This record gives sequence, structure tokens and C-alpha cells, in this order.
Amino acid sequence: MEWLGVSIVDRKTDEVLLEIKGLYKKYDETTVLEDINLSIKKGEIVVVLGPSGCGKSTLLRCLNGLEKIQKGDIRFHNKSIVNNDVNWQEIRQRIGMVFQNYELFPHMTVIENIILGPIKVQKRKKSEVMEQARQLLDRVGLLDRQNSYPRQLSGGQKQRIAIVRALCMNPEIMLFDEVTASLDPEMVREVLDVILGLAKQGMTMVIVTHEMSFARAVADKIVFIDKGRICEISEPQEFFEKPKTGRAQQFLNIFQY
Amino acid sequence: MNLNWQFIIDSLPLYLKAAWTTLKLGFWGILISSIIGFVCSIVLYFKVKVLKTVIQVYIELSRNTPLLIQLFFLYFGLTKLGVALSETACAIIGLSFLGGSYMAEAFRSGLEAVSKTQIESGLSIGLSKTQLVRYVVLPQAFSVSVPSIGANCIFLLKETSIVGAIAVVDLMNVTKDLIGIYYQTFEALFMLVVSYLIMILPLSLLLTWLERKVRYAEFGN
Amino acid sequence: MQSLGISVLFKGMNMQRLFQGLMVTVRIAFISIIFGSLLGIVLGVIWTSKSKWIRSACRLYLELFRIIPILVWLFIMYFGVTTALNIDLSGETVSVIVFTLWGAAEMGDIVRGALESLPKHQIESGKALGFSFWDLYRYILIPQAVRRMLPVSINLATRMIKTTSLVVLIGVIDVTKVGQQIIELSRLEVPTASFWVYGFVFILYFIICYPLSRLSRVLENKWNG
Repeated sequence: MEWLGVSIVDRKTDEVLLEIKGLYKKYDETTVLEDINLSIKKGEIVVVLGPSGCGKSTLLRCLNGLEKIQKGDIRFHNKSIVNNDVNWQEIRQRIGMVFQNYELFPHMTVIENIILGPIKVQKRKKSEVMEQARQLLDRVGLLDRQNSYPRQLSGGQKQRIAIVRALCMNPEIMLFDEVTASLDPEMVREVLDVILGLAKQGMTMVIVTHEMSFARAVADKIVFIDKGRICEISEPQEFFEKPKTGRAQQFLNIFQY
Repeated sequence: MNLNWQFIIDSLPLYLKAAWTTLKLGFWGILISSIIGFVCSIVLYFKVKVLKTVIQVYIELSRNTPLLIQLFFLYFGLTKLGVALSETACAIIGLSFLGGSYMAEAFRSGLEAVSKTQIESGLSIGLSKTQLVRYVVLPQAFSVSVPSIGANCIFLLKETSIVGAIAVVDLMNVTKDLIGIYYQTFEALFMLVVSYLIMILPLSLLLTWLERKVRYAEFGN
Repeated sequence: MQSLGISVLFKGMNMQRLFQGLMVTVRIAFISIIFGSLLGIVLGVIWTSKSKWIRSACRLYLELFRIIPILVWLFIMYFGVTTALNIDLSGETVSVIVFTLWGAAEMGDIVRGALESLPKHQIESGKALGFSFWDLYRYILIPQAVRRMLPVSINLATRMIKTTSLVVLIGVIDVTKVGQQIIELSRLEVPTASFWVYGFVFILYFIICYPLSRLSRVLENKWNG
């Protein structure tokens, strides 16, 4: 698969949106993430790679509060979001997440899925939300499916709608957790194209994926995690052609025949 | 077997009245059970301390003892301690007490069928806990519960046959009287069976249809 | 002076008679469960037949017991069948017949469900590995069928035990009837007797049924959870 490289220079700014400092996470007795330090600037696209079970999904889930951390800090707009009185409801509107299994609400139509959050949580006017929802659906080519139920759609369609649902909340950062892992190969492209489109518009994103050529094309920086620790952070060109660490090279070899 | 049709026609009013009583008791029993069951299931789902244990004890006690004994205890036992209840009140309380735990189980299994990832999905678009329960969990829980709720309704309607034991003028008592006084055994039994068939068969078919409709809505097949 | 209510349970032969009544209950339940299960297993195997007529007949049999309350069946047997056939059957005999037939119907459904839910590919892989017909049943089918059936069967047994409480309404001298006799006799001395006696019967049923319920749930979680 060939990807058009996304131009890096114009989008990035220097404003740090999300800063992770010394993050530790344990499940019972097992340490899942250790000493994670990462900063994400506005407009930046960070792709997290690593072998299965290395903790990359867990890291993503820590960023929107689905997992609690034991040590360290996560700062959003330079405000810590790890203490107990943090209002996750408010933060999750600004940090959107798309899951591997789309997780659309099965008892609602496509359009109802999309407008639920904006109307009930953000208390926006229905007419305004419907307008935005329709525009977004049109952008991903699914406007004609607005009244369908999730069960009537293919995996690729559901995933695109899941992305639209998250976008309709107008988040500042989008988190993508292996969003093409459950899809048949033919449908992977249509979803990645949507993410590519978002990249061109300057959306800040943290993407966990196994799609290597996509990662290479879209990332501003590659974060390679192994056994819960960040092994290396590099620019994509450097990472894929001449990685700094042996572990990274081992990992990349898996994808070469 | 030749049935005395004249007798059957003559005793129709009695049976209709008794069937109506049965339906009324069944209706109240089902309604109150559903409310009790729903509240209990919410408490169990949110694991509210203390209340959770109380309800678990309640469920075990009511599910592992016969309705007849519960009714005898209520009607004959509690009255001796100064609580005077009419036989209809006892019947409804007894049915609700038993039905409540069955409904609680039905609602609870529905709630737990909603996957954790659905909840996470709702959280990630910023829904509050209440909104999550109202818009994501309850609708899905309900459609999963429908078969069990339906089965419970039929179960409770059948259990009303027991309330005759505490002197409610229901179908069983009318039948017993007709057999005892007039010796029209087959006619009385015939009416009895027909009454229950008329009450329960349509309900059973309705619930099968409802089940299929709800299952389609969820899974499309 | 009126004695303390609960003492009525321990007066004279009361406790002994209560347990004799309990034995009647247990006897009815036990015989019905055993015979019902055996008949049910046979019925269940028959039910898996490919013939639509056989399956419909089995289904009708089950639905008869699912739609008509058990108490009504007890009445039908006790008053109706005895009159029709001009025979005299004790309440106990009638109870055993009705409960056995009911148990068999439900058990048949359970057995059929378990047999039909066995994954076909297991049978196919067994055959591919060279298992004989009997080996197939012994090592693959029966252990799995038992796992699916046992928790629900225990559940059925518990329901049957609870329903045996109804036999008092067709005159059987079970634990409830004995309790009622005690209450009647103690009317003057211990006016609150009914509270204690029925309370006692309530707890007796609980002591019998609760362990069975727990067992059913434990097995269900262990095998099919």
C-alpha cells in the first residue's frame, strides 16, 4: 500500500497539549507501564507502535481516564488530570476516543448515535448538531445511512461512524485504539482514509496501530513501546529505515518476509 | 364423556367472576413485582452497600420457599401478631414478594448483559453516570430482559392458582365448591382448564411474538 | 398463663410429627424426581427425533404442563381421573403421578436441549480421530451433555420440592397439614402458634432448597460460566 506523505511543516505548532510525566501503571501485581514520558503538541500526530501486550492500548486508556495510574502525572493544557477531583466528563469532551470494536449503541440509529453526546452532554441546539453531524457523515460518504441501525452496516462503515461520533463533540485531541484491527482487509483503507483526512486538517492525534505503511505516512513521531517502557521515539523515516534500538529492529523484522 | 352443558352455562357467571379476580390479582402481582424487581436490580447493579446484602437475603428467602407457605405465614401467622390483612391483600403481597425476586433476577441479568465496552464508549463521549444508565444501559438491558420478564408474568399468573388456599374466591375454590356441592366434577374441571387456557395461552403467544420482535431490533435476525 | 409462642414446636410429640410430615413431603418429592428424571431422559432422547409429529407431540406434552398450573393438574387427577376411572387414589399417589409426569416433561426438554446444543464439530473431530460410536458417547457427548443438564436439573428438582407444598390442598398429611393440626390443637394455649408453626415450615423448606440452589449456581459457573 502506498500512502501520500502528509506535509509536516504547516500543521505543527509549539503549544504542548498533553504532557505525560513519569507514568506508572500496575494491574494487581504486574507493572503494565513504566516511566512513560511523552509530550504531544497541538497539531502533532503521534503513532504508538509495539508488540502485543506491551501496554500501548493501556497508555491510550490512561489518557482519557478509563484506566487509573499509580504514579506520575498527565497534564492537559498544563493542568494535571490525575487527581481525584478531576471532572472526566468535561475532559472527555475534549479528548475523543475511538475503539477497536466501534461500540456504536445498537439500539440507536446512526444519526442518533452521533447527536447523543453533543445534545445531552454539551447541551447544544439540535439543529446545529444535526447540521454538523450531516456534514461529517457526508465527508465520510455515509450521509445516506443516517437512519440505519448499526447492525445493518459493515465493520468499516461502523468504524467511520464511530469516528464521526467522536468528532461531533469537537475534541482537541483524538485517540485511536487499533481501530482497524477488527476489520476485513478491504475495509481497512476506507477507515484509514478518514484518519488521513483528519490529519490534513490539523487534528492532534495519538494513534495505536499495526498498519505500518499507514504509520509511516501519517506520523509526525513514532513512539515504540516494549514491555511497558518507551524504547525509542523517532521520526518515521528514521524509525522505519534505521531504528535506534535493537528491539525496534526486531519488531520491524516481523513485518518483513 | 357427556358433559352437562346446561350446568356449564349456568356456572359461567361464577367462573367469569373468579377468572376476573385471578386476572386482577395477577395484574397487581406483576405490576408490584416489576417495581420491586427493578429497584432491587438497580441496587444490585450499583452494589449499594448494606442494601445489597438485604436484597440478596430477600431474594434467597423468597426463591427457596413455596408461595403457599409464604401465604399461610402472611395470612394466618402475621394476623396473630396483630397485623390484620384481607385475603386479597395477602394474596397480592405474597405474589409481589415472590415475584419481586424473580423480576429482580430478570432485570439484573439484563443490566449485566450490557458490555463494559459499551459503557466505556458512552463515557468517552462525556456522558455522566446517570446519562449512561438512562441512554445506553437501560434500553439495552430491557431488550435482553424481555424473555425473562415475560416468563415471570406467566409464572405469576399461574401461581395465582394457589391463593385460593387463603380463601380468595378464585377459580380453584369455585371448582372445588362445584365438585363438592353439585358433584359436577367433569364440568367443573373442564371450565377450570378452559379458564386457564384462555388466560394464559394468549399471553404466552403474545410474549413469544414480543420476544422475537425485540430480538430482531437488537440483532436483526 | 399463655406459653411463649415458639414452645409449641417443642411440646410433646409435635416436633416428631412435624418431621413425619416432612418425610411424606420428601418421599413424594424424591420418588417424583427419580422417576421423572428417568422418564425425562427417555423422553428427551425421543424428542431429538427428526419426525415432526414426534417432536410436536413432545412439545404439546410439555406445553400442557407449562400452561396449566400444577395445582389444577392435581385437581384434575384427584377429582377428575379418579371419578372417571372409578378408582380410589390417595392424595399421595395422585401427587406422585402428577409430579412425575411434570418432571418428565421438563426433564425431557432439558435433555433434548442439552443433546441438541452439543457442538457438531466436536462429533466430527471425534470421528476424524477414529472414535467409535460408544467412545464418542462416553468421552465426548455424555460428559458435555451432563454439564449442560445438571445445573438446570437441580433447579427443576428445587422447583418440584417447593411445589410439593401444594399436596396439602388435596388432603395429603404432609408437614404443612401436620402444622395446621398442631395450630388447631394449640388454639387456646398458644394463640400465636400459627406464626411459629408456619415460620418453622418456611425455614424447613429454605434449609432444603437453598443448598440446592447454591449447588446449581456453583456448577453453572464452574462448567458453563
